[in-house]
Amino acid sequence: MAKKSASSESAADAAINRSLTPDDKIKLYREMVRIRRFEQVSLQHYQAGRMGGFLHLYIGQESVATGVVSLMGENDHIITAYRDHGHALAVGMTMNECMAELFGKGTGCSRGKGGSMHYFAPDKNYWGGHGIVAGQTPLGLGLAYGLKYRGLKGAALAFLGDGAVNQGAYHESLNIAELFDLPVIYVIENNGYSMGTSQARSSAFGNSLAERAAGYGIAWDTFSGEDIYEVRAHTHAAIERAHTECRPTVLEVKTYRWEGHSVADANKLKYRTKEEVELHQREHDPIQRWKRVLLDEGVCDEAELKKIDKAAQQEAEESAEFAKASAYPAPETIFEDVYWEVDQMTTAGLTGRHFFND
Amino acid sequence: MPRRITYRDALREAMDEELARDPMVVIMGEEVAQYNGAYKVTQGLWDKWGDKRIVDTPISEAGFIGMGIGASMLGVRPVMELMFWSFYTVAWDQIVNNAAMVRYMSGGKINCPIVIRGPANGGTSVGATHSHTPENIMASFPGMKCVVPATAYDAKGLLKAAIRDNDPVMFMESTKLYGEEWDVPANDELPGGELVIPLGVADIKRSGTDISLIAHGRAVITCLQAAEILEAEHGISAEVVDVRSIRPLDEETILDSVSRTHRAIYVEEGRPFCGVGAQIAYTIQSKLFDELDAPVLRVTSLDAPAIYSPPLEALQLPTPELVIEKALSIC
Repeated sequence: MAKKSASSESAADAAINRSLTPDDKIKLYREMVRIRRFEQVSLQHYQAGRMGGFLHLYIGQESVATGVVSLMGENDHIITAYRDHGHALAVGMTMNECMAELFGKGTGCSRGKGGSMHYFAPDKNYWGGHGIVAGQTPLGLGLAYGLKYRGLKGAALAFLGDGAVNQGAYHESLNIAELFDLPVIYVIENNGYSMGTSQARSSAFGNSLAERAAGYGIAWDTFSGEDIYEVRAHTHAAIERAHTECRPTVLEVKTYRWEGHSVADANKLKYRTKEEVELHQREHDPIQRWKRVLLDEGVCDEAELKKIDKAAQQEAEESAEFAKASAYPAPETIFEDVYWEVDQMTTAGLTGRHFFND
Repeated sequence: MPRRITYRDALREAMDEELARDPMVVIMGEEVAQYNGAYKVTQGLWDKWGDKRIVDTPISEAGFIGMGIGASMLGVRPVMELMFWSFYTVAWDQIVNNAAMVRYMSGGKINCPIVIRGPANGGTSVGATHSHTPENIMASFPGMKCVVPATAYDAKGLLKAAIRDNDPVMFMESTKLYGEEWDVPANDELPGGELVIPLGVADIKRSGTDISLIAHGRAVITCLQAAEILEAEHGISAEVVDVRSIRPLDEETILDSVSRTHRAIYVEEGRPFCGVGAQIAYTIQSKLFDELDAPVLRVTSLDAPAIYSPPLEALQLPTPELVIEKALSIC
């Protein structure tokens, strides 16, 4: 059931990519640059001590979320793990709400209750942002179940990292996806390392991680995420399968994270070499690659792209100012958003004691 | 003659009525459909409602519970059976991190209208792995609700309310009660035309003046038996308070009872350490210290994993004799 990876040239010729207008192509560039600038600015403020917890950066992987999300239609839904900033911005969440969440402010997308790993925007079909490795994979299955139950033609795109493929919840999800014919697409973003453990040291596999899907009778595909044309061409086939056949797919996208597992990863240059990281930064940067495509195709000129870079940088810096200037949530909000019935002050929410503070 | 039905039938009626009321309600779990339920709670529902509404899942608790939680985010209302509540352990990450926490972590953008139901009891000689009573664990997580009905009447009314609730409800039954019968009026005998019991409302199962026996689940039945003997043989009038719902909790009814009787024992089939009784005893002493004529006591399962050996297991669980002994020690 596996398909051979299309070369970049043939990926560019795929109908789904030929249909891109120059504006669409520039938009893809803008989205990737916005994600990178947002994260670079967030890193500065993290290092300045303005944020708590962890910061898992997506830098180097931007083409994957951007490419996949660019294919999403009205009834396509997305869910991911804790490296979630890129997906959030790609679906249209604003830098302000995302940055403010990192600062723990009340204006954050989760009102300061979730932090970096827990961004959500159900109004944009974005269901998080999940902290436990592979914990989101059954939820993605459930989104697909919900779509099918409601008779909607859609797909649930459930992202996971290469470190998540050995969790039981993921395998249980694959089994049920096939048994119940659910339109879920598991997108393994394989950046080569599950925290500090390389793929070879963490996973038993033959040729690829996605190939495990064959054991469940699920279609699978593996390809490079460096070129957004490729991401779109391969993912489009999976979305078509979900829409027309109501069947699952496992996609494995080869990608690379430039930073550590999180910013707190002190060993980021111990489990891999500096040369390896630099090689990816120099020769496999998805943004630079797309930039070359745009210039080669004559979609726009360098000056225009510089303008986009500058605007993204400014937007990111402004979002940090917005976050700084925002207020922390009021202490009484600690007890909000725990129970729906309590928040809505329904009869059920007003019956019996829900909180036990004294 | 009032209608008498079993606890099992009451649960089935509740699901059947909610399936009819709301097309988004789906029953799912292991053996719930074609097999008619491991304990026959869902018997006949698949024949009546078919594949879309009554769904057999593989033995894959993390997978299907997580799937139900995900589906609930899109408006489906899954009622998921754990063949034994003991199996919560293999679905625990989905229950606690996803169902209970996703609303909070999303700043209130999401809610999970799910019910997870099944038996949670010891006393059937199935060993420690199948005898867990995790209501104290479930109730300790804000975001989750926890309900433990003791009678068929409560089982029906509480399950209907749980299915309508828009938060995740952990609903715990007892295999020892499934075959017991109680009065449960038919819908046409009820003023509102149906039986719905709000969560968070306790029920005085027996009025008394000398001591409050407070309990949940099957321990309520144990207390009622103890109360009869206390009255007949010792002239002690025991009030039996069934909390029914642990979270939300009806503290008012508990405190009102104890403020009249001035003595309280919490009885449960769970373990003592951090048990439900620990929380309630704390509340009673902190709010009614001056009203108490004796320390608040507890009767729980003996503090060891559930033993297999049938005669010993009977000693491990709360019995009317133990409740009477404790009551006599403070009355």
